[in-house]
Amino acid sequence: MSKLKDAIMSVFGPDAKEDAGQCPSSVPMLIVPRERFAEAAKILKKGYALLAAEWAADETPYGRGFGVFACYRKESEYLIIKTPAPQTDPTFPSLTKKFVPAYRFERQMKSLLGVIAIGHPDTRPWIKHEDWPEDAWPLRKSFDGSKPLPRVYGEYDWIRAEGEGVYEIPVGPVHAGIIEPGHFRFQAVGEDILNLEAKLGYVHKGIEKRFEALSWRDASRLAGRVSGDTTVAHCLAYCHAVEALAACRPPDRAQWLRALFLERERIANHLGDLGAICNDVAFAILFYQFMRLKEAVVRTNLALFGHRFLMDKIIPGGTSVDIDAAGVAAIHAEADWLAEELERLVVIYDENPSVEDRVRDTGILSSEKARELGMVGFVARASGLNLDCRIHQPFPPYDRINVTIPVLVSGDVHARAWVRIEEIRDSLRIIREILKSLPGGEISAPLPREPLPDRSGFGAVEGWRGEILYWLQAGPKGEINRCMVRDPSSLNWLGLEQCIHGNIVPDFPVCNKSFNQSYSGNDL
Amino acid sequence: MIRILKQIFHTGIVTEPLPPIVDPELMKIGAQLEEVIKKRFQGSLAIRQVDAGSCNACELEIHAVNNPIYNCERFGVHFTASPRFADMLLVTGPISQNMEIALRRTYTATPRPKLVVAVGDCGCTGGIFGKSYASLGGVDQVLPVDAYIPGCPPTPTALLQGILRAIGK
Repeated sequence: MSKLKDAIMSVFGPDAKEDAGQCPSSVPMLIVPRERFAEAAKILKKGYALLAAEWAADETPYGRGFGVFACYRKESEYLIIKTPAPQTDPTFPSLTKKFVPAYRFERQMKSLLGVIAIGHPDTRPWIKHEDWPEDAWPLRKSFDGSKPLPRVYGEYDWIRAEGEGVYEIPVGPVHAGIIEPGHFRFQAVGEDILNLEAKLGYVHKGIEKRFEALSWRDASRLAGRVSGDTTVAHCLAYCHAVEALAACRPPDRAQWLRALFLERERIANHLGDLGAICNDVAFAILFYQFMRLKEAVVRTNLALFGHRFLMDKIIPGGTSVDIDAAGVAAIHAEADWLAEELERLVVIYDENPSVEDRVRDTGILSSEKARELGMVGFVARASGLNLDCRIHQPFPPYDRINVTIPVLVSGDVHARAWVRIEEIRDSLRIIREILKSLPGGEISAPLPREPLPDRSGFGAVEGWRGEILYWLQAGPKGEINRCMVRDPSSLNWLGLEQCIHGNIVPDFPVCNKSFNQSYSGNDL
Repeated sequence: MIRILKQIFHTGIVTEPLPPIVDPELMKIGAQLEEVIKKRFQGSLAIRQVDAGSCNACELEIHAVNNPIYNCERFGVHFTASPRFADMLLVTGPISQNMEIALRRTYTATPRPKLVVAVGDCGCTGGIFGKSYASLGGVDQVLPVDAYIPGCPPTPTALLQGILRAIGK
């Protein structure tokens, strides 16, 4: 029973065919003719669905040219619409004018696969920098990814603003702090920002191509290094996709342990970001206080599970580490201590007028914009959108755990900070619930079979930043033919550019920190 | 304000001594840290961190080196915003094709002694990303490296030990 699928089927009739190789069955894939690809988007938009991801795959090993995919989400449903694009004419109708998030997805598809969206308003490359040869399409099967790339001459055509007193501020890729590289270009008059344009791709490491050279099992380590701060959630989303493909059901205990890791990752990152937000408004005491709490959490991770950020603790089929009674007691004790410490800091944050002055009404992303831009995660929830995979697309054990999500409407830096505070509170409660009902038994199950050729698997997980999607396609020999990774940052970076209009340049760092999107997860 | 003061007094000083270093060679370097910095860097070692392609886990740990528990500033180690004030570049990798030029320029902008420390398994060898069209491999493929700090990611303690190794040479 899928409302999105029915909406397409009722209009398309025999023109839409379901792909039987797509797993799990709860996430169907419909194949539609190329000329009706945009029409499907129009129907789904009318039905209030949002575009979650758009990508392409080189299907020449199957003698088919390219496949173009668009994944839509509405409430508890996902639907993938696929259309073929022949090798001799690798084009498809652009969705950018219907769904803004398609803007960068389609530029990326053109840059990395040479699959072109007809009608796209922006022909500049994305991720692929201007000094790459134009015909270097790394995600094509014919491209040898092991060879270094020659550099060619090229220039990036920046958006410009002209007028009296208008000036530009170029920032990056090497930034002032200890953060990832990216380039931001501001057009400003005095202190007021007229426009901000980001250019990313600096940490593009060829992750999606690398996946294709790894075995299904080894690739979970790579998924855990797509964005180091989200290692648990990325690894989990990858494992969900593999397990769907291999018809593997991890033991109950593993599923609950995975949720424990996921919530601990959420708490650690939210604590760190709250500290960093305070630091960017020069409120040093809370920066150090929040960092102190974060350090305590990651140390407990190391003591109990052997890694400060829990890297490689989730594996296909389960987890690689268990918890004993002493560990359960230690986490309980830490949760009690953390809750008490947190509440004291929250009062200080909330009652300080100089913090309030900087974070309220700064960097507002309205609900309308957030929806149009397809925001996910805490950014969406701070702008009035009720989105969370743990509630709407609950994977075990969240189908048995009550998750409460905070939704604020002001869309400013304060809202993005406050949503985190509420989420830490809820994660602490969830952790207690997990420990109370942790089932016994094994912590991992063998994969019953290798993924079969031409099957595809889908995984969605709510990481601390928001919804993470993986889509895996098996090749003719059962290898990884394509691994699509969609970090929340691929959507949310657009939100930062749009929230900054009308703000002053000195407020950019705190706005940026309140989003704290991943460069690595975006650039891949 | 009362709450802030209360929180400060309630917390007290949380800075810890470095966990015991097993390797006696490192012990020696650890003890010499402040002395070396005093002698060679007039009491202050300025580091410019460059993310040249990392997954950002190394950055989290470099942040942690600055947190009040590790508190690297007490040893005279501090992180600077510009390479022009830096004695050392702490580079995380793998070096991406798209960051190579920026990394070289940062190195050019750094005054002598221009110490370079490669951080993390990827900074040391390219790690799981290896060498490809997008990744050039470890830091030493682009710059002369004075010290390596392996780990995925290296712990804050390992980072401090690695910094000591680089200046204790």
